Amino acid sequence: MTRPIAQFINIGERTNITGSARFKKLVLSGDYEAALDVARSQVQNGAQIIDVNMDEGMLDSEQAMTTFLNLIATEPDIARVPIMIDSSKWSVIEAGLKCVPGKAIVNSISMKEGEAEFLEHARIIRRFGAATVVMAFDEEGQAATVERKVEICARSYDVLTADGFPPEDIIFDPNIFAVATGIEEHNPYAANFIAALPEIKKRCPHVRISGGVSNVSFSFRGNERVREAMHSVFLYHAIRAGLDMGIVNAGQLAVYDDIEPELRSCVEDVILNRRDDATDRLLEIAERFKGGGQKRVEDLGWRDAPAAKRLEHALVKGIDKWVVEDTEEARLQFEYPIEVIEGPLMDGMNVVGDLFGSGKMFLPQVVKSARVMKKAVAHLLPFIEAGKTEGLGEPKGRIVMATVKGDVHDIGKNIVGVVLQCNNFEVIDLGVMVPWQDILDKAREVKADMIGLSGLITPSLDEMVTVAEEMERKALDLPLLIGGATTSRMHTAVKIAPCYSGPVVHVLDASRSVGVAGSLVSDTQKTAFVEQTRSDYDAIRKKRLAQPKASRLISLEAARANKAKIDWSGYKPDRPVLLGTEIFSDFPLHVLLPRIDWTPFFRTWELAGVYPAILDDEIVGEAARALYEDAQAMLKRIVSERWLKARGVCSFWPVNADGDDVVVWTDESRTKELSRLYFLRQQQQKRGDRANDCLADFVAPIDSGIIDYAGGFAVTAGLGIEEHIARFKAENDDYSSILLKALADRLAEAFAETLHERVRKTIWGYARNENLSNEEIIRERYRGIRPAPGYPACPDHSAKPELFRLLNASQTTGIRLTDHFAMLPAASVSGYYFAHPESSYFGIGKVGRDQVEDYANRRGVSVEQAEKWLSSSLGYEREQALKRAS
Amino acid sequence: MGNSKAAENSADFTTRLRAIASERIVILDGAMGTMIQSYNLGEADYRGELFADHTHDLKGNNDILCLTAPQIIDEIHESFLEAGADIIETNSFNGTTISQADYGMEDAVVDLNLASARIARAAADRWTEKTPEQPRFVAGAIGPTNKTLSVSPRVNDPGHRDVTFDQMEAVYFEQAKALVEGGVDLLLIETVFDTLNAKAALVAVDRLSRERGETIPVIVSVTVTDLSGRNLSGQTVDAFWYSVRHANPLAVGLNCSFGADQLRPYVQALAKCADTLVSVYPNAGLPNDMGAYDELPEHTAASLEGFAKDGFVNIVGGCCGTTPDHMRAIVAAMKGKAPRVIPKLPRRLYLAGLETMTA
Repeated sequence: MTRPIAQFINIGERTNITGSARFKKLVLSGDYEAALDVARSQVQNGAQIIDVNMDEGMLDSEQAMTTFLNLIATEPDIARVPIMIDSSKWSVIEAGLKCVPGKAIVNSISMKEGEAEFLEHARIIRRFGAATVVMAFDEEGQAATVERKVEICARSYDVLTADGFPPEDIIFDPNIFAVATGIEEHNPYAANFIAALPEIKKRCPHVRISGGVSNVSFSFRGNERVREAMHSVFLYHAIRAGLDMGIVNAGQLAVYDDIEPELRSCVEDVILNRRDDATDRLLEIAERFKGGGQKRVEDLGWRDAPAAKRLEHALVKGIDKWVVEDTEEARLQFEYPIEVIEGPLMDGMNVVGDLFGSGKMFLPQVVKSARVMKKAVAHLLPFIEAGKTEGLGEPKGRIVMATVKGDVHDIGKNIVGVVLQCNNFEVIDLGVMVPWQDILDKAREVKADMIGLSGLITPSLDEMVTVAEEMERKALDLPLLIGGATTSRMHTAVKIAPCYSGPVVHVLDASRSVGVAGSLVSDTQKTAFVEQTRSDYDAIRKKRLAQPKASRLISLEAARANKAKIDWSGYKPDRPVLLGTEIFSDFPLHVLLPRIDWTPFFRTWELAGVYPAILDDEIVGEAARALYEDAQAMLKRIVSERWLKARGVCSFWPVNADGDDVVVWTDESRTKELSRLYFLRQQQQKRGDRANDCLADFVAPIDSGIIDYAGGFAVTAGLGIEEHIARFKAENDDYSSILLKALADRLAEAFAETLHERVRKTIWGYARNENLSNEEIIRERYRGIRPAPGYPACPDHSAKPELFRLLNASQTTGIRLTDHFAMLPAASVSGYYFAHPESSYFGIGKVGRDQVEDYANRRGVSVEQAEKWLSSSLGYEREQALKRAS
Repeated sequence: MGNSKAAENSADFTTRLRAIASERIVILDGAMGTMIQSYNLGEADYRGELFADHTHDLKGNNDILCLTAPQIIDEIHESFLEAGADIIETNSFNGTTISQADYGMEDAVVDLNLASARIARAAADRWTEKTPEQPRFVAGAIGPTNKTLSVSPRVNDPGHRDVTFDQMEAVYFEQAKALVEGGVDLLLIETVFDTLNAKAALVAVDRLSRERGETIPVIVSVTVTDLSGRNLSGQTVDAFWYSVRHANPLAVGLNCSFGADQLRPYVQALAKCADTLVSVYPNAGLPNDMGAYDELPEHTAASLEGFAKDGFVNIVGGCCGTTPDHMRAIVAAMKGKAPRVIPKLPRRLYLAGLETMTA
C-alpha cells in the first residue's frame, strides 16, 4: 500500500511533559503562558494535532491537564487543531475529555489490565465523542514482534467493534522502540513495526496507525543530524507501509532526498535491519554530520513574454523593477500611447481588481500593483500630452480626501486613496490636519463627487461632526464618507449623519471603499444605496436613543467605594535611581529592531493574523511574507541610511494619590505641588471582587505617609520622515510611502517598549533582574505599566499638554501637539509610568454624568468642555446631541 | 411508564419521524419567547398566585409561565399547531438550575420542565387526534444556559471556568429527565454557542438513556455568533458536527443567530457534511431599531424555500420573531418540496479542533 507523504499527519510532541524538559520546567513553575507558547509554536510549525501530556510525579496532573486545556480553548490559533489527550492515568484522560469542545483523540488505552477495564474506558471515550489510540499491549506485555503486534491489535479491534465502537475511530500504536542500542535483539524493532503495518490494516478495516517516532532514534540523543535522518528514513518506509500519523517534532525532520547518501544508506541499514554491522557502521560515521541550508531562486521566466503580457504580470505581481522599460516597449508597439493604458495596463488592473474583489489578493499586493500602474502612467503622460490626443478616460468619480483638523494619522486614508485610484477614481488628497474650510473649498473647486474624512484619535470624531455641520450650513448635498480607526458605523449613524442632510456613509476599511464609492457615482444604484444607508442609520440611531446608555453604570461614589484594595501598610516603593529627567537625543534605531511588534503592522495592511504565524497563513501568508520582506529591506535602509531619527525623554517624580488625582510634588519633602494628573474611574457594574479601577489607585495615597513615585515619557521615531515621504510621492510610490509610515509607527512603539524596559531595569530600576523574551515583553508580562493619554486607561487626550510640560517634551524631542492633542510626527508615543506590582492595564469604558461633572470641577473647566474632551467615553447623551438627533 | 414501553415508544418515534422526513420536509414550530412578549405580561402575571411572595423579580422568566400561566403557553402551542407545525417545542429553554438561579427559582426546575412537557404533550395529542394523517410531536427544549465551559468569564484569567463539566452535566440531566418524564418525544439541545456545553448535555442524555433502557432521540442545533460562521467557542459548523456526531443525533441544525439569508452559507456547509437529518430554524431576519423582528412571513418562507430547493434541509421552523403567520407561510412554501437526501460519509477518522481534520 502506498500513500503520498503529504497525507501523513504530524502530531506535535513538545507539549508532552515526559518528553520535553522545557515544557516540564514551564508547567512545574506554573508559567502556563509560556507553556501555551510552546503549543502555539507547534501548530505554527505544522503540527496538525497536538499531544498534551501532564504525567509528572510532582504535579497534580488532573488539574494541570484541565488548566492547560482550558487555556488552549481560549487561544484560537492553537485550538483550531484537534487535541490528543495523552496520559497513562485514566483519571487524567477523563479530566481532559471534560475540557475539549472538539473531537479529540485519547492516547491511550490498551488491554494491559484486561478486557473489562479496556472496554469500560472505551465506552466512556465514545460517550465523550473522542477517537482513541490503542497500544499493542495486553496482559502479557508490549508487542515487539510482527505476530504479537498483529495479534493484539486484532483482538482489541474485535472487542471494540463488537461493542459498537466505530472502527474508524480506532488508531493503533504498535510500539516504536529504539534501534541501534547495541543490544542485538533490538535490531529488528523498526523493521518489525514497519512489517506489521500492512497486516494490521488488512486485518482491521478502517483503522489508522500512529506511533511515537522519536523513540526510534533514542540511542543517538545529542546527535540531532543523525536523529533527523533516522526519523526521515523511518517515516519514509513506515508511511509507505501504512503509518497514518505520528508524534514527531515537525521542525526536526530532514527531507529524505536531501539526506547525504552515505548517511542515508547507513541509516536505512539500521532501520530496515539490513546488515548485522549496521549499528557499528552508523556509529562510525555519525560524528561527521552537521547542519546546512538552502536558498530560494527567483523565477524570471515571465521576462521572456511579450511586453503587454509582461506589464500584466508586473501589475498582478506588483513588480516595478522593469515597468518603465516594458511600458516604453509597449508604447512603441501601439499607435497611440493611451492605448497602452487602455490595453495591457487596464487589463492587468482588471485582473488585480477581480482577484482583490474575490479575496485572492490582499491589500499590500494591491498597493504594490498601484505603484506599478502609477509608474507606467507617469512614463506615458508626457507622450500623451505631446501627442495632444484625447486625455485619460474620464474617471468614475472624483473624491476629496483629508485627515481632519487636529489629526495627523493618514496611513489608512492613503491606503483607501490608492485603492480608489486603482479603480479609476480621481483622488484629491489634501493630506493631514485639514480644516473644514479647505476641504469644502477644494470640493467645490474640483466639483468633487464626494468627500472622504479620516481620523485616528478620538477628538477627530468631533471634528468630523463639525465638518458635517458646515456642509449642512453650506447646503451641500454631495456624499460624505467617514473612515479611520476610531470611527464606527454606530458613531457615524448617531453623531454625524443627523448633522447633514446629504448622504453620510461609514466605510469600514479600504476593501469596502470601492463598493461604496462606486455605488455613490452610479446612476442606477446611488438612490437605492443612499436610501438603504439612511434607513439603516436611522434604525441604529433610534435603537441607540431608545436604550439609555447610562443605565448600567454605577454612581461615581459607589465606584470609588469599590476601588482596588491595595494594602499600603508596609509597602516600600522603589525610589527611582534617576529622580529627574533623562533625554535621548538620537536613540540608535538598530537597537529597536528586535522589539518591533509585527502583528499590528499586518493589521494596518488589513492582513488578519498573528505574527509570525501569519507568514505561513494558508490564505494571506504569501501576501504577508512579501510585505514582511519589503518591510525588512526598508528597515535596513532606514537604519543604515539614517532616514529616521528617534528621540525621547523620560522623567520621574515623587507623587501621591489624592482621590482620583495624582499629585506630582516638586520634591520629596512633598510640600509643594508641581502638577496634578487627573484620572478617570471605571463606572461599570463589576462582578464578584473586581474593582472599579482608576490609575490613581496604583499610587500611594497622601495619607499613607509613603513617598511614592511615578514617571512620564514621550518618544518619537518619525523625525525626518517628511523628506522621504516627499521623495516617494515624486516617484509615484505610494506603497513605499505607506510602508515607511507604518514602519515609523512600529519603531516608535518599539522605542516606547525599549525605553520602558530600560526604565524598569536601570533608570527607575525597580526590576533589575527582569529577564523576559521579546514575546513576553510584547505580551506585557512585566511589572508596571505605561498607559498613554488618549488610550483606554486614561482616554482623555487633553492630558497631553500637561504631561508634555512636565517632560519639557516639545523642546527635548521635537514632538509637537496639534490643537486637538495629536502628536506630530505621527510616529510618536507618550505616557505615564506606574510601578506598583498590582498596576495593570484596563479600559475606563463609559463614564456617567456625575463623573464628568466631578472631572470638570477638578480640572477647573466647564462641564461642556469636559464632555467635549471625553465625548467618546460618555455613558449618556449630551444634551445638544440629543436635540440634534431628535 | 416501564422501561420496555419507553424503549418501544422512542424507537417507534424515531422510525415514524424518519419515515415522514423521507417524504417531506418536517415543520418545527416558531418562537416561544417573542410570542410571550406579545402578551405584554407584567411582574404579577409571571408570579401568578404560586410565586406571589417570591424573593426575586420573575418578569422575563418565561419558563415559569408553564406553572403560573399555563393557558398562555397552551395558546401559543395551539397557534403553531393550527398553523401546521409537526413538532412543537416545550417552553423550557431556561429550565436548568443554572439559568433559574438568576431568578432564585432553582427549586422549581423539575416542576416547570414537567409542566412544560405536559402542556405541549396535551396540545400535540389534541391535534394528532384532530389530524391523524399528520401526527404531532413534542421536542423538549434544552437551552445553552448562561454559563460557558469553553470560555473564561474573566479576562485576566483565561483558564478559569464558572462551572465544571460535571456540574453542567448534572443540571442537564435533571432537566432532560423531567422533560422525558413529562412525555416529550425527543430532546432539542438548541442555540448551542458553546460546543462543550452541548457535549455535557449529550453526556447527560446518554446517561439518562442508559438509565431508562431506551435511546432518547436528540436534535442538536448550533448557533453561529457572527458572520464568520463560528459559534462562540470558535468552531465552524462542520467542526461542530464532527464534535457531536458520536451521539448519533436524529438531526443536526442551525438556529437563531440571524435571518435565513445570512445563515445560508452555513446551512450549505452543514448540509454537505452531516450524515443525518438537517434542521434549520432562523430568526425572522435581523432585529430592527427597537430590537424587534420584522421580517415578513413571505420573506422568511421564501428564504427557507430556497434552502429546500437546493436540497439543504429536512426540518425547518422559526426562531426569534417568527409567528404563526410565518409558520403558515413556511408550511405553504414547503408543500411539495423534496427533503434533503442524507449523504453517506466515507468511513474516515473525522477529528475537530475549532476546524476539522480528516485522517
